[in-house]
Amino acid sequence: MIIRINGGERDAAPLPGQCLRTFLRELGCFGVKKGCDAGDCGACTILLDGQPVHSCVTPAFRAEGRDVTTIEGLARIEGPGGPGDDELHAMQRRFLAAQGFQCGFCTAGMVLTAASLDQAQRRDLPAAMKGNLCRCTGYRAIEDAIGGIAHAEQDDGPGSPFGRSIPSPAGPGVVTGTVRYTLDIPSPTGLLHLKLLRSAHAHARIVSIDTTATLAVPGVHSVLTPSDSPAKLFSTARHENPLDDPDDTRVLDDVVRFIGQRVAAVLAESEAAAEAGCRALVVAYEPLPAVFDPDAAMRPDAPLLHGDKGPEARIHDPGRNLVAEVRLSGGDIADGLAAADIVHEATYTTQRIQHAALETHAAIGWLDDAGCLTLRSSTQTPFLTRRALCDLFDLPMERVRVLCERVGGGFGGKQEMLVEDIVALAVLRTGRPVRLEFTREEQFVGAPSRHPMRVTVTLGARRDGTLTAMRMRVVSNAGAYGNHSGGVLYHGCGESIAVYRCPNTYVEGYAVYTNTLPAGAFRGYGLSQTVFAVESAMDELARALRVDPFELRRRNMIQADDAQHDDVRMGSYGLDQCLDLVEASLRDTPYAPPPDASWRVGVGIALAMIHTIPPRGHFAEARIVSLGGGRYELTVGTAEFGNGTTTVHAQIAASVLNTTARSIHIRQSDTALIGHDTGAFGSTGTVVAGKATERAAVELREHLLDLAAARLNVDRASCVLRAGWVESGGARIDLDALRGSMETELAGTGSSDGTPRSIAFNVQGFRVAVQPGTGEIRILHSVQAADAGRVINPMQCRGQVEGGVAQAIGAALYEDLKIDATGRVLNPALRHYHIPAWADLPRTEVLFADTVDSVGPFGAKSMSESPFNPVAPALANAAADAVGVRIRELPMTPDRVFRAMAAKEHGMGALPADIGNAGLRARAGHE
Amino acid sequence: MDLNTITAICRPGDRDDIQSWRTGDAWLAGGTWLFSEPQPDLLRLIDLAGLGWPALEIDQDGPRIGATCTLAHLAAADWPVGWLAAPLFRQCCRALLGSFKIWNAATVGGNLCMALPAGPMAALTAALDGVCVIWTPDGGQRCLPAIDFVVGPQQNALRPGEVLREIRLPIEAARRRTAFRQISLTPLGRSAALLIGTRAPSGAFAVTVTAATRRPIRLAFQAIPAPAELSDAIDRGIPDALYYDDLHGAPDWRRHMTFRFAEEIRRELVKHPPP
Repeated sequence: MIIRINGGERDAAPLPGQCLRTFLRELGCFGVKKGCDAGDCGACTILLDGQPVHSCVTPAFRAEGRDVTTIEGLARIEGPGGPGDDELHAMQRRFLAAQGFQCGFCTAGMVLTAASLDQAQRRDLPAAMKGNLCRCTGYRAIEDAIGGIAHAEQDDGPGSPFGRSIPSPAGPGVVTGTVRYTLDIPSPTGLLHLKLLRSAHAHARIVSIDTTATLAVPGVHSVLTPSDSPAKLFSTARHENPLDDPDDTRVLDDVVRFIGQRVAAVLAESEAAAEAGCRALVVAYEPLPAVFDPDAAMRPDAPLLHGDKGPEARIHDPGRNLVAEVRLSGGDIADGLAAADIVHEATYTTQRIQHAALETHAAIGWLDDAGCLTLRSSTQTPFLTRRALCDLFDLPMERVRVLCERVGGGFGGKQEMLVEDIVALAVLRTGRPVRLEFTREEQFVGAPSRHPMRVTVTLGARRDGTLTAMRMRVVSNAGAYGNHSGGVLYHGCGESIAVYRCPNTYVEGYAVYTNTLPAGAFRGYGLSQTVFAVESAMDELARALRVDPFELRRRNMIQADDAQHDDVRMGSYGLDQCLDLVEASLRDTPYAPPPDASWRVGVGIALAMIHTIPPRGHFAEARIVSLGGGRYELTVGTAEFGNGTTTVHAQIAASVLNTTARSIHIRQSDTALIGHDTGAFGSTGTVVAGKATERAAVELREHLLDLAAARLNVDRASCVLRAGWVESGGARIDLDALRGSMETELAGTGSSDGTPRSIAFNVQGFRVAVQPGTGEIRILHSVQAADAGRVINPMQCRGQVEGGVAQAIGAALYEDLKIDATGRVLNPALRHYHIPAWADLPRTEVLFADTVDSVGPFGAKSMSESPFNPVAPALANAAADAVGVRIRELPMTPDRVFRAMAAKEHGMGALPADIGNAGLRARAGHE
Repeated sequence: MDLNTITAICRPGDRDDIQSWRTGDAWLAGGTWLFSEPQPDLLRLIDLAGLGWPALEIDQDGPRIGATCTLAHLAAADWPVGWLAAPLFRQCCRALLGSFKIWNAATVGGNLCMALPAGPMAALTAALDGVCVIWTPDGGQRCLPAIDFVVGPQQNALRPGEVLREIRLPIEAARRRTAFRQISLTPLGRSAALLIGTRAPSGAFAVTVTAATRRPIRLAFQAIPAPAELSDAIDRGIPDALYYDDLHGAPDWRRHMTFRFAEEIRRELVKHPPP
């Protein structure tokens, strides 16, 4: 059929059931993204005869004879150097000026949709943009873009780019749809598509797999079953130290332990054939008893998930389904409780949530001309994934290469090897290129979620609010595999308690196997769950004591000179400032009134502390080369998935080298380029990898100054590096001349080992209105104060805070990945798993404490996970303040809030304030 | 998403071409739902677009909405002066979970045939006493009140091979004053309760309950009822088991919202009788 794409006529035949998105991508329009694949997220938006439509739910054949405009055609783009500003559509320029994107996966759809709005729609953006989901930004930056508000500073002229809102170097590629994500490359010749058959049983032994019918399906190449899998056990979790996680997983196992586990892989010439092949597989299962609740799984009679494994698997206690157990204590908890005038105890429950990065897990693998196994993958950890593949398949490091270009969102979900192992196995077996892309459904049923936790907090305090005892019991649902469960448990039990000075503490935690979807790394890494519990409990204690919540925290919180453990240093301290900033904002900032007088208004706060770097080593290397002409090429290992670290690296290098950020060309996240990088997780892109970049740039600068001093025959101390030359008094020498005929490059290298570590703080405040008649919660004012040390890029750092708050509001109010009594995920689609849309989020005021860190690069601290952590408790505290009802289970949906209020009305939900008479020992809401 | 089991698209140009319905076939209207979920049992799509059904016709009997009329068309339509119910069309379109870009493709008939409790076109057509015109496979047609078209969650009254052709709304209904209430677990999310009240120039009053219930329920009164009369009618008309229980709202809350909205609607229409 004939179709006109971006003004050019094409003659091609789509498959009968093909959607327009896939058809356009096959024709090379990679700016059209596959996000939800169901008409909800808008990443695939195109104009069909000028009208915006979701191309993923548009039948391809319907485009016959019609005009299609994709992001690539929104403006004329010419020239090999990429688009100049004047060649962009006005909306693209606005998105650049406001930097209305982070990972950028949603941006093409956002731009096309925004460009097509009429005036009435622009006045009602929450409704007009409801079909465009962004998981990174929280929409404020996008709203500014559509409104024509600019934030990006010009990156030219003299002066350090440090501390300025320099735009992302990827920006022009993002707004034009030309930046390449994992699958945005033409299919390699001979490509095989891989599809996974997933288990329908929560716990079963695979007796047999009959592949006869599958192999008879036209186009099917082969089937991989457990008998093809290496016997070696590993963990999908990626950590610098592979011993951090239990080895409990096989590429394909003959025991399935959750509904959705891989059973077999079908390789075929087309996705359609691979799908048909999966449907034709005949699997005989021997069902085994299953357990779904972590408390039930710890009982002596519970079925064991990994009872067959020995100590070499490093499972804490396979005989009790315990992945990990933690016990921490200080002082004497019994003494502390005995010394208390008041004891508050309650249990707080956090649900299962999904990262919902818009780019699903995906990889393309092939053998290069030298026989090197190469994987192009959507990962936060290319180097650790390479190492895991080498271990798994007994390959030397130089035989495996893992790389990513731009990654479409991470949030911890891609600190995991979920596709690379099976793709590698398929490539090694077939010798052909292999592609695997998770469907959105697979993302929900086959990729890890946040750990659901039940956290019981016991607080003892004197009448004046001084804490005498803190006790916490954590039960974490690991799911069927132990990836990240130990680390998440330890991390969750750390800073949530350590942020308070309390002489007597006792923490016990259990990470428990159940026959459910495995949980893994999620932004906050355990802290968001425990901070919800501790900060809710602190609020309940404040109410019971009739002490101001700010005051209660100030009386007990960690101080700048408090002793720290291991390699943690209080490199800077801004918690006091953060509390002051939020208090002033809640007091002084005018806020929107509630819809009407029947709504009740309340205020709530919560704080959170985080160590700036994960413990036990986090490594990065950087190398920078002078290219001549004043340009430099910086090579780093860390990946870019919207965290903005690429911009920060350019700013750091440019600051050291006294030039503009745009003079720094960055290559990254490719194991072929540099030695090692632990990965972009644990908020390390700036504080660890950035440190390596700083050191590399300093080494190069010193080298250049040494050479220049020698060549100019002047005092080394008189030499100053400029943008492209070195000068000393009136003399100068260009960097090009400096290199002259030298054989070697002018280069500097740097590394960082992630130690010592510092401490960062976040305080969130909300004013909310609650409608008692419906249970709805509206946010009237949202403010977060962040102690990020010296802020390298205020625009980007604000974006990280806003994005963290947005994602956390989703976790607090909307998101809930539900698993039924048989272990099946009930809502494996963005239509039924609601991530925040435009209408769901307030604008958040972001304030920064004025601190300079003695540990981080240029005085900076990490700020990407931590903004998430105090949000849910601050919301619960504000809602409790408004209506006097305490919600201890997330999310706080209207039906749940309504139910809690109805229960209170009927005398079933006593509040601690109601029974916490001064001097009495009160216990509330022990669930 | 790609529907990889589909092996053929039929693109009939007139009714004579659509007699060959067989198992594995699906009518394709806008495609916005069909292409949003895996459809492993489907083999063939029969495209209704080529039949050229008029989107919207208005005559002295009232509006006739073609089943393939898009929501965008309906939302943008100009309605005759004196049709007090006119705002309801756009309100119902806005109640769709999908964006205005979905409106550009999604159809009134498709939304009805989906038979989701939250389907706003079921609410609209039931509240305005619509009549569904259904083509039968033998070449004939039958009519069914819109209130009876949705039988339960994702269950409609069509028999195999039948196709929804159009929905006729009586002119009398278009002249009613309407009141609209909707809530979901999220600000612009999928409806958990969607109630429409109508008050006719004769004084007759009706409340149509959708989204909260497994199928649309219409409670009609000769005149505006007293609060107790209305709540009694809801109690009698909607047994607890009829409240919908899914991820988009707990049934006890949906029930509460039904009573609350019905009373709000009653008060609004007491205050604003049609001329």
